[in-house]
Amino acid sequence: MIWPFDLIILTLVILCALAAITVRDLLACAILFGAYSFLMCLLMALMGAVDVAFTEASVGAGVSTVFFVAAVFRCTRRTRD
Amino acid sequence: MQDVIRHIAAEYNYSLYVILMMIGLWAMIAKNNLVKKIAGMSIFQTAIILFYISIGYKKGATIPIVEHVFQGADHAVRAVEYMNPLPHVLMLTAIVVSVSTLGVALALVIKVYQAYGTLEEDELRERMRDGTVQK
Amino acid sequence: MKILGLISVMAVGWVLIYASLHFPSLGDPASPANTHVSPRYLEMGEEETAVPNIVTAVLADYRGYDTMFETSVIFAAGAACVILLRIFASRPRERYYRHVLTGVTLHVLGDRKIPEDSDAFERIDRLWVPRDRIIRTVCRFLIPFIQIFALYVVAHGHHSPGGGFQGGVILGASVILMAITTNLRTSLERIGEKTVALLAALGILIYAGTGALCLFFGGNYLDYGALAGLLHVQPVAARSLGILIVEIGVAITVMATMIAIYRNIASAGRMDEGL
Repeated sequence: MIWPFDLIILTLVILCALAAITVRDLLACAILFGAYSFLMCLLMALMGAVDVAFTEASVGAGVSTVFFVAAVFRCTRRTRD
Repeated sequence: MQDVIRHIAAEYNYSLYVILMMIGLWAMIAKNNLVKKIAGMSIFQTAIILFYISIGYKKGATIPIVEHVFQGADHAVRAVEYMNPLPHVLMLTAIVVSVSTLGVALALVIKVYQAYGTLEEDELRERMRDGTVQK
Repeated sequence: MKILGLISVMAVGWVLIYASLHFPSLGDPASPANTHVSPRYLEMGEEETAVPNIVTAVLADYRGYDTMFETSVIFAAGAACVILLRIFASRPRERYYRHVLTGVTLHVLGDRKIPEDSDAFERIDRLWVPRDRIIRTVCRFLIPFIQIFALYVVAHGHHSPGGGFQGGVILGASVILMAITTNLRTSLERIGEKTVALLAALGILIYAGTGALCLFFGGNYLDYGALAGLLHVQPVAARSLGILIVEIGVAITVMATMIAIYRNIASAGRMDEGL
């Protein structure tokens, strides 16, 4: 495992997670959550867990983001905090 | 105290996983919006999955797909040169269960919005106390 | 309240970091997680099951009970979404129709509606969705290839990263793609609600039924070696075939559940218009 990649992607993951719960727009939260899932898939592939990375890519960055966007579409997009 | 800090700096990855878990936990506790709470739950779950995957990592090992020894045993499989497959198996189950939980949680959010018209927790408490349920 | 939450979260975080000081270092081959039972799975996995991908072998054969109950959890989540949203769905308050020949749009309020099979009027969504020709054409070409790739992932779970879950999710994602690019009603014409519900139950029936079939042939529950007489192969190859059968069952259930959850969430249970 190449440790500079590991450190950089972990930092990006933490920044994505912080941004996803801080933005005031729920659609932006859903899209940032998709980016977070994809970076998490990269981390798992870096650690040699290829099956888990495959599942996380298809489930997290694919279907889970679509569920979030569909739910935000049915409710409201604005949030106060 | 100083060698504690030096130890944490040498094994930085566990601390970063714990920081990620705590971001998710804080979002579940302190955020007002229901969808933000669900996003925090999902962040918490994927951080735990990442922590388990890091347990199965071995230095200098390859992915747990062995070469073909079924048709002729020219060399035995040595377990030290493959990654540990057991955390991967458990975390496959965990990921799919987490997406199922996410689906049910979002269905509940839609029902709450249809009944009360808002997704903020303090406004929800006021409207529940007043007893206004719009259908 | 938020300050209290922040303090408690930081306390839990500090306890976890303090506990992680005693963990083995990252990548240690002699750590307790890597020494007790997993070397046996790695060394004897291919001899006993003829499957090179040890993750698939452990998932479907050594820990087959976990996977069976997890498939039933996925099925239960799909059923919960249907119960929450579909059965108690609210009635639509308005519908939009367009006259096909002249392009005039009608806005019909209340419970009145135009019959679905009328040729003069077509139903359109409440939010105007621009029908982009590029997206529609590209997705019409892509969706069969996505489905073939998903079937490849399911079938090659033995030799490469993949397996039942990944293939099932990709199959479900192809139908969700069709629902996003064209229309929710178009995807309902292709795969109806009853078909999806039957497929979800069929997958878990295949899994549990394979286990019961092994019981009939004298082995333990989910002991695929007992199917050697039925399939006319050696017990080791029978285990490999048993793993393939249960992975197909898992893929079918996961696909049906993803489609059902998406349709219920995107239309809030009414199944008339979606994203």
